[in-house]
Amino acid sequence: MPSFVITEKCDGCKAQDKTACQYICPNDLMALNRDLMKAYNQEPEQCWECYNCVKICPQQAIEVRGYADFVPLGGNVIPMRGSDSIMWTIKFRNGKLKRFKFPIRTTPEGSVDPYKGKPEANIANIKKPGFFTHQGAGKTMPLPKK
Amino acid sequence: MEKESCTFSYCQKPAIVEHETDVLIVGGGMSACGAAFEGARWGNPQKIRITMVDKAATDRSGAVAMGLSAINTYMGENDPADYVKMVRGDLMGITREDLVYDLGRHVDDSVELFEEWGLPIWKKAADGHTMDGAQEAPKLKDGGKPVRSGKWQIMINGESYKVLVAEAAKVALKTNREATGVAENFFERVFIVKYLLDEKVPNRIAGAVGFSVRENKVYIFRAKTILSGCGGAVNVFRPRSTQEGQGRAWYPVWNSGSGYALGIQVGAELTMMENRFVPARFKDGYGPVGAWFLFFKAKATNSYGEDYCTGENFEYTKKLYSPYAEKMGTAIRNHMMMMDMKAGKGPILMNTDKAMAELGKTMDAKQIKHLEAEAWEDFLDMAIGQAGVWAGNNIEPDKTPSEIMPTEPYLLGSHAGCAGFWCSGPDDIGAPAEYNWGYNRMSTVNGLFMMGDICGASGHKFSSGSHAEGRIAAKSGIAFILDNKDFKPTITKSADELAGEIYLPFEIYEKYKTYSTAPEINPYYIKPKMLQARMQKIADEYFGGVGTWYMTSATLLESGLRQLAMLKEDAAKSGAKDLHELMRAWENYHRIWSIEAHARHIQFREESRYPGYYYRGDYLAINDKDWKCFVNSKFDPATGDWKCFKKDYKQIVAD
Repeated sequence: MPSFVITEKCDGCKAQDKTACQYICPNDLMALNRDLMKAYNQEPEQCWECYNCVKICPQQAIEVRGYADFVPLGGNVIPMRGSDSIMWTIKFRNGKLKRFKFPIRTTPEGSVDPYKGKPEANIANIKKPGFFTHQGAGKTMPLPKK
Repeated sequence: MEKESCTFSYCQKPAIVEHETDVLIVGGGMSACGAAFEGARWGNPQKIRITMVDKAATDRSGAVAMGLSAINTYMGENDPADYVKMVRGDLMGITREDLVYDLGRHVDDSVELFEEWGLPIWKKAADGHTMDGAQEAPKLKDGGKPVRSGKWQIMINGESYKVLVAEAAKVALKTNREATGVAENFFERVFIVKYLLDEKVPNRIAGAVGFSVRENKVYIFRAKTILSGCGGAVNVFRPRSTQEGQGRAWYPVWNSGSGYALGIQVGAELTMMENRFVPARFKDGYGPVGAWFLFFKAKATNSYGEDYCTGENFEYTKKLYSPYAEKMGTAIRNHMMMMDMKAGKGPILMNTDKAMAELGKTMDAKQIKHLEAEAWEDFLDMAIGQAGVWAGNNIEPDKTPSEIMPTEPYLLGSHAGCAGFWCSGPDDIGAPAEYNWGYNRMSTVNGLFMMGDICGASGHKFSSGSHAEGRIAAKSGIAFILDNKDFKPTITKSADELAGEIYLPFEIYEKYKTYSTAPEINPYYIKPKMLQARMQKIADEYFGGVGTWYMTSATLLESGLRQLAMLKEDAAKSGAKDLHELMRAWENYHRIWSIEAHARHIQFREESRYPGYYYRGDYLAINDKDWKCFVNSKFDPATGDWKCFKKDYKQIVAD
């Protein structure tokens, strides 16, 4: 289901140094037409439908249209991603709607401090099994029974 | 044919960035992020420089880019020895049990870190009801009870799983910059296309080269150790979809075989490259079925409502594949599903409606609504397109069953597959001497470590196990550096020469593009898209793709490999009009190496070890007497020879 950009809504992220969708697409699909200052999906048949461009677009200018080689027209799936949860709206071809909300993280964005409260690594033990976290907590690694 | 070369006579010459480091992490997925986290902690006090290079943006790169609805490897109350037994059973008896056990005993620490960083993990309340991961509950490390969807799997709200793991990795890299005084050690949108061997010390890794997919820059990295975590190979076989839907591969479409190709070309020994994974998933959208089977107790049947894994199908399967048939591994279930498909009893259905009705008998309306949301989240966290397929087809899972289908084949080593490199294992768990050469997860090339999808013969790591494996590799990569302190990497090829090799598809395109009026049709070059199409057609028709019901044989393989050799030659005539196409040209070159390794291994193994994934029509059964062993191979970069050979399998964990 390739992503597409709604002409009216896209502003080419002109306030930023690169468009958000170009920045995030894991498959390098989103490109910017500099004449129009509009983004577009340059290779729709390589789109995994990961929705990362949809979720990140500050203008909500990106949606996804079902892969035309097997999805009938008319349905859509639209996310609204916040800082701690995501809301999904699913519209069926027959017009029926479903809405779901799921948590996405329990800590504030950018707050991960991965070594806080963790032991230092003891270089004398680098060839012993166990991560620095195991070793620092005095955990020994099990062995299979003979 | 005349050989083309790039002297920058036609295309623009890129700027060259030369970067020296101690540890180079290639990739940005789960294993790479794990490597950055563990590596920086060990490396910082030693002033060991760590650099990470990602083809995409690390927040959303690798196989977990979209998110996940479950973590498939969490031991919890289980014994890692039982995990080894499960992996051995699912991978048809042949697995590196030392690597699998080692992973099992390490993995939980990574899962508990994810929760600490903010990953919502579902919990079971005291009264047995399910709480989503945002509700107040004890953490796993404090005895919180996860919601198991199977013996090894736990449910999560995983939309931001990769974002969190990347956040920790990026902080780790920052601490390494602070500890070493290096200004830059994290490169996004730089695609590594070749590894370089040292010019003085034989069989020793010395660096890697790649290019920016955003600007005209070529990168040359000198490194004492490379931690390679750049994924398996997707879209090497012709996909079932015909146009746009080709992007909807089950495994991430950007896993282009780089992990395999980079290592093969510097002579790292491969193992079990004949293995592949053909998951049975919801048709077309390839949405996950695991939670439906395991959590909702849904049953898959043929269109007559019959269980295809019983009766005549099972009796016939036992004749060829006993004692593995009785274990009902993923491959065996695929095999019996296809027996019914071939008999015209399809479509095969996942009876979601019946399962939800059954569960509804003991639940009130609110609980059923909650259950329905859980079912949809399974898609929305990791295969959103499947939700779109259902919406477009007016399929509501509580009302209508859904078709399931075996996908096109994928090459990978971290999910339910084991194609990868032959790596040194841990030295303390009773493995034979030939499984260990000093550094855990090091390949047969000194200083080159393999993680995640490309550390072979040790499947079922999944996301958490890949993260843990990256950590194991980073720790032992640093031990390797400390043991070889005097080594300085030597690369004798000039920067211009290396840049010329990388930019060759630009030079060729610019040189010839005006010869014809339509640059897409030109006799002097092949565009990446056509290169990929030709490879997929060869793989499908000769190496056992969906077009032949996964059937191949000695004669088919021989013919296919002959055609693949010409395709490989033609890859040297790739033409690329921009940086995006240059990336595709190199990706597809990597795919060709991956599929070649796959075909050569299938050719060597004269049996059908993985029925349901592929068949050798000339050796349709499993033959334990001759083939209960690893198949390994090695490409010799000096001579260009490729040799396949057997390696002994040793059982380490008792039945």
